[in-house]
Amino acid sequence: MKSVLPILIRKELTQFRRNKVLPRLLIMMPLMLVLIMPLVTQMDVKNVSVVVIDKDRSSLSMRMESHLTHSDYFRMDESAADYDEAVRLLDQGHVDIIVSIPQHFERDMQSGHAKPILLVANAVNATKGAQGMQYAMQTIASAVQELATERGLSTFDLEQSGLSTNRLITVQNRYNPTSNYRHFMLPALMIILLLLVCCFLPLLNIMTEKEHGTIEQINVTPVGRLEFMLAKLIPYWLMALVLLAFAMLLAWAVYGLVPAGHSALIFLGAFLFALCMSGFAVSIANISNTMQQAIFVMFFFVMQFMLMSGLFTPVDSMPVWAQALTYLFPPRYIIHIMRAVYLKGALLSDLWFDFTMLAVLATAFNILATITYKKQN
Amino acid sequence: MANDMSTFVSFIKKECTHIFRDVRTMLIVLLMPVVLMMLFGFAISTEINNINVAAVVDRYTPEVRHDLTALEQNPYITMRGVIRENEVDGCLRSGDCAAVVMFDAQGRRNIVLDASNSSLSASAGSYVQSILNRGQQMPLPVTTYMRHNPQLKSAYNFVPGVIGLIFILICAMMTCVSVVREKETGTMEVLLVSPIKPFYIVLAKMVPYFIVSMINLATILILSDLVLDMPISGNLPTLLTLCTLYIILSLVLGLFVSTMAQSQMVALLICAMVMMIPMIMLSGMMFPVENLPPVLKQLTYIVPARWFNDAIRKVMVEGLGLTAIWKEFLILAVMAVGLFATSIMKFNDRLE
Repeated sequence: MKSVLPILIRKELTQFRRNKVLPRLLIMMPLMLVLIMPLVTQMDVKNVSVVVIDKDRSSLSMRMESHLTHSDYFRMDESAADYDEAVRLLDQGHVDIIVSIPQHFERDMQSGHAKPILLVANAVNATKGAQGMQYAMQTIASAVQELATERGLSTFDLEQSGLSTNRLITVQNRYNPTSNYRHFMLPALMIILLLLVCCFLPLLNIMTEKEHGTIEQINVTPVGRLEFMLAKLIPYWLMALVLLAFAMLLAWAVYGLVPAGHSALIFLGAFLFALCMSGFAVSIANISNTMQQAIFVMFFFVMQFMLMSGLFTPVDSMPVWAQALTYLFPPRYIIHIMRAVYLKGALLSDLWFDFTMLAVLATAFNILATITYKKQN
Repeated sequence: MANDMSTFVSFIKKECTHIFRDVRTMLIVLLMPVVLMMLFGFAISTEINNINVAAVVDRYTPEVRHDLTALEQNPYITMRGVIRENEVDGCLRSGDCAAVVMFDAQGRRNIVLDASNSSLSASAGSYVQSILNRGQQMPLPVTTYMRHNPQLKSAYNFVPGVIGLIFILICAMMTCVSVVREKETGTMEVLLVSPIKPFYIVLAKMVPYFIVSMINLATILILSDLVLDMPISGNLPTLLTLCTLYIILSLVLGLFVSTMAQSQMVALLICAMVMMIPMIMLSGMMFPVENLPPVLKQLTYIVPARWFNDAIRKVMVEGLGLTAIWKEFLILAVMAVGLFATSIMKFNDRLE
C-alpha cells in the first residue's frame, strides 16, 4: 500500500500557506526575538540616581561627590536641601540612593571617631538596590583611599584595610571575555522561538480541526493514527529547524555571534526538543475540549518553562523542590546545551546528560500523545 | 430605556450561562493563576545564592586548607570538590561548576570563571574574592539602609511583576475569543439582527469574565499576603482600584484582538504567543526599564504591564496612595478607553 503521508504533509503545508497571518508571524517572531530582545537583556545596573547631602563640606566629602559624579554608574541630576526632602524624592522614585555625610566627617575620621556616612537605597528592586549600594560604597571608598594616598597612608587608619595585606588574587574570565550578557541571552532567546512555535502551532492546528469537525472526517478514513500525527508534526519540526537556522544567521549577521562548538550538536538538541514539545502539544490537544481550554493549559506550562528553566534566573538559585521539578522541563536541557555549545564550545561528552534527558522526555511525551489519542470520539 | 436595560441584563445572563456552564474551563481559569503565582513566588529569585565552585590544589599548606574550609562553610557556595588541573576546562564547560579556584605552589590564587553568564560570573567572582580575602574590607565608617525592602527580597520586585503578567495574558486570552467565536460558529448573524446596541453586546460579553477575574484577584492578593509575605495592606483601596482598572484594560485588550482577528486561532496566537514575550521582557519585571536604550524605552510605553508594574510596586511595597500613581493610572485608563472605543467601532463595521 502506498503511504499517504506525503499527501497529508502537502495538505498541511498548503493550509499553512493559505493562512493570512501565520507565515508573517513566523518571520516576525525571529526578528523580534533575535534582533530586538537581546537589546533589552541587560543585567548591569546603570543610571543609578544619587543625591548627596553633604553636611561636612570638607575636601574629603567634595572628593566623594566628584567621584560619584564621574562614575559611569551614577547620575546626579537631582538635589535635595535636607535628608527629609531626599527621602521624599526616593519614595517618589526620582532618586535611588541617598548619601548623607555627617558634619565634621573628615576631622572625626582622622581622630578615628567619625559618625558613619549614611547610605540609603530604594530596594524595591532588590538587585538594583543592592548593586547600586555596592557601587556607591566602592566609589566612596575609592575617594577616601585616593585622598589618603595623596596625604600619606597614615592620615586615615588604613593599615588594616585589605590593601596592604592583600594576597595575590587574579581573576580570569573564560568563554565570554567581553562579559557580554547579550551573548549569554541570545542562544536562550532562540530557544524561546522554538518553544513557542513547537508548543502553540501544532496545538492550535489540531484544535482547529477538532472545532471545525474535520478531524472526524479523517477519523473515518483508513489513515492510521501514526500517519495522521506524523503528517501534523513533521511540518512543524522542519519549521522549527529552519527558524533556528534563520535565527542563528541573524545572530551572526547582527551580533557577530557564532557557535564556539559544533552546530550539529545544536541542531540535534533542537530536533529532540522539537520532538518533546510537539508530543506535549498533541497530548494537551487530545485531552482538551475547546481551543481556548487547550491554550489555557498550554499557557500554564509555557509560563513555567519560560520562567523556571534557567532562561532568566539561574536554576541553581531556586529551592530544592523547584529544582527537582525542572528535571521534567525539556527547555532546561536545551537551554543549557545551546549556551554551552554556543559560548563554551562544549562537546557531546560534556553534555551527555542533557541529551539523554531530552531523548527520554521526547519518548515519554510522544508515548503520552499516542495513548491519549482516540480515533473514535 | 427600561426595555433596553432588561435586554442588556438578559444578554449578560446569556453570556454568563455560556461561560459558567463550561465547568472544566472555569476550573482551569480559576486555579491556573493561583498555582502559577505560588510557584513563581516561591521558586524564582533573581538573587544568586548558590554558586558551584571547584578547587585545584598544588600543595596543601595550612593557608590553603583554611581557604578551602572558608569556601565550604560559605552558605552561598557549594564546593564540588578538588579536581585535577586538566579537568578544569571540562568542569566549566559542562556547567558542573561556575568557578574554579586554583591554588598554586607560590601561594597565588587564580579564580577561573565561567563568564558565559556574565551577570552570574561577576557575582561569583566577587563572592569568592571576598572569601579569600577573609572578609577584609575598607574600615570606612558607613551605615547602610535598604529602604522598603531591608531583607533585599527579590520577591518584592518579582511578585508584582508576575501579577501584572498573569492578569493581562489570562484576561486577554479569555475575552479574545468572544466576538470571533460568534463569527466562526455563525451566531454573529443572530446578534446582528437583535435590536440591542453593539455597545451593550460587547459590554455584556465582558461581564462574566470580569467576575472571574475579580475572584482571581481576590485569591491572588490574599495568597500574596498570607503565603508570600507580600505587603498588601499598605494601601488596600488604592491597590484594589489599580488592579480593577488593570483587569478592565486587559479584558478590553482581548476584546480588541477579538474584533480584529479573522479566526479564534489567530486571536489566541496573538494573545498567548505574540504578547507573552514583550509582556515579560519590556515590562520591567526582569530587566529594569531605565537601563534600556532610548528607542526600546519608548517601545515600553505601549506595554500596559510596564505602567502597571511601576504603579503596583509603589502601592504594594512602598504603601503609597493614588496621588503617587496618578500618571500611571491615567495612562492605563486612557489605554482602556481607547481600546474599547476602537473595538466598538470595529464591531460596528462588521454590522454593516
